[in-house]
Amino acid sequence: MSERPALDEIVVRCENVAAEVHGRRVLEGISFELRAGRFLGVVGPNGAGKTTLLRTLLGLVPITEGRIEVLGRPAGASADVARQIGYVPQRHAIASRFPARVRDVVLMGRLAHFGTWRRPRREDHRAVAESLARVGIGDRAERSIGALSGGEQRRVMLAQALCASERLLVLDEPTIGLDLPAEHAFYALLRELQRELGLAVIAVSHDLLALAAAADELICINHSMHVHGNPDEVVHSHALREAYSCEFNFLAGEIAHHEKLGRSD
Amino acid sequence: MFEFAFMQRALIAAVVIGIVCGALGFFVVLRRLAFIGVGISHSAIGGVAIGIVLGISPLATAAVFAIAVALAIARLSRRQLLSEDAVIGVFFSASMALGVVLFSLQRGYQQDLFGYLFGNVLAVSETELWVLGALGAAVLAALAIGFRPLFFAAFDEEVARAYGHPVDALNTTLLVLLAMTVVIGVRLVGVVLVEALLVIPAATAALWAGHYRNQILLSTTLGAGAGVLGLALAYWLDLAAGGAIVLVAAAAFFCSLALRQLRPAS
Repeated sequence: MSERPALDEIVVRCENVAAEVHGRRVLEGISFELRAGRFLGVVGPNGAGKTTLLRTLLGLVPITEGRIEVLGRPAGASADVARQIGYVPQRHAIASRFPARVRDVVLMGRLAHFGTWRRPRREDHRAVAESLARVGIGDRAERSIGALSGGEQRRVMLAQALCASERLLVLDEPTIGLDLPAEHAFYALLRELQRELGLAVIAVSHDLLALAAAADELICINHSMHVHGNPDEVVHSHALREAYSCEFNFLAGEIAHHEKLGRSD
Repeated sequence: MFEFAFMQRALIAAVVIGIVCGALGFFVVLRRLAFIGVGISHSAIGGVAIGIVLGISPLATAAVFAIAVALAIARLSRRQLLSEDAVIGVFFSASMALGVVLFSLQRGYQQDLFGYLFGNVLAVSETELWVLGALGAAVLAALAIGFRPLFFAAFDEEVARAYGHPVDALNTTLLVLLAMTVVIGVRLVGVVLVEALLVIPAATAALWAGHYRNQILLSTTLGAGAGVLGLALAYWLDLAAGGAIVLVAAAAFFCSLALRQLRPAS
């Protein structure tokens, strides 16, 4: 297992990043820093380039301008960088008859560590058991992955990502399809892991207010940066409304409604 | 019946081919490659025709041709100009048309053609058996070495790619293995029926087993078992061996399906 990082260490640094997808400019002028132990939420309207931003960090989309450093090394530069990131992509349902147990799936997250063409070592199996225990489903290891509920499957994917890295998690719509209690439980778990491991988290979500309640800081993008700050500032900012190009009052009503329900902790 | 040397060779061929097709079939079913399998196997007809016209080994030209088609399908699909099934549809029909035209240039080869279309396992020579064994061993070795990353990519290509695994190369390799397996299977059941060996035992296994290890074990056993039983039936009842083997495999599938309907998996 990796050592617990110093809390002020910069895990991700994006400087003036631009990227294209199929020849179309999707991102420009994106700059932010993410430090160890911090949770950065990324919000923005549909098609704003949120997923593309995450994929640039992973080296899956090349950047056309600027620079991205992950733990001090250029993103996508080498397999070493890939081994420092745990990734949970936007999730389609797992096929109910996919022929693997929960621990087979989590072990996939370790594959880059023990080598693409090699067999898992004892420490890899230990890492699997640890990750499953951390996300609270240690007792499901031998179950078939398709037999788990949506919320449990999301935890399995989180365990897979933790097995890959305990430094940085990249999550794309991690709570989509979960009901409200499951969503709250997921974010609470994430915050616990963050504190416990000094993990840096960057997550994209459509659910602005749930993410605002969970994150330490938010950025709002719509191709370019609109605002970056602590969640309260961002949620109440004019720039956020600009990014969504929607009526101030509509969003304000949503926020008031949410605050009346009480924010999760 | 196994006192005859030709039956012994046929039996060994059936077992080897059943095992290789059963093992690769696991990925064919899991990754939904059934249509690519049909495309590659039928395009091998073009390769067989080239071999016959040029007077060199039709199996060798079929191998080269099938691998070339597999690589072309992989490459074109990745560019995303067209959907994969359209690309397969074009290659598969064009290769078959090439085969038909080339065969029409030849006179008196109809018997040969029939053997390649529907298999002629009783005519396997000792040399062919060695080639078959070597190719089969190569496919099984490649599957064993690449199993974990292949399985990871089957579960989630995006994450496998993000973690630095060579997903494109793995996908291409899988198609090349598919092409090699098709050529291996041609001797037993022919290009028209080889798809059956790739899909039916693995699909039957997927009905029964929930874990990949058991599925592969069952799939290879069913593949080899159908080969032996089909061959025996063909001998006793004087049937076409290729068809008999496929029908045995299909019977196992439909029985499994019926039993599964009666008693669904928990």
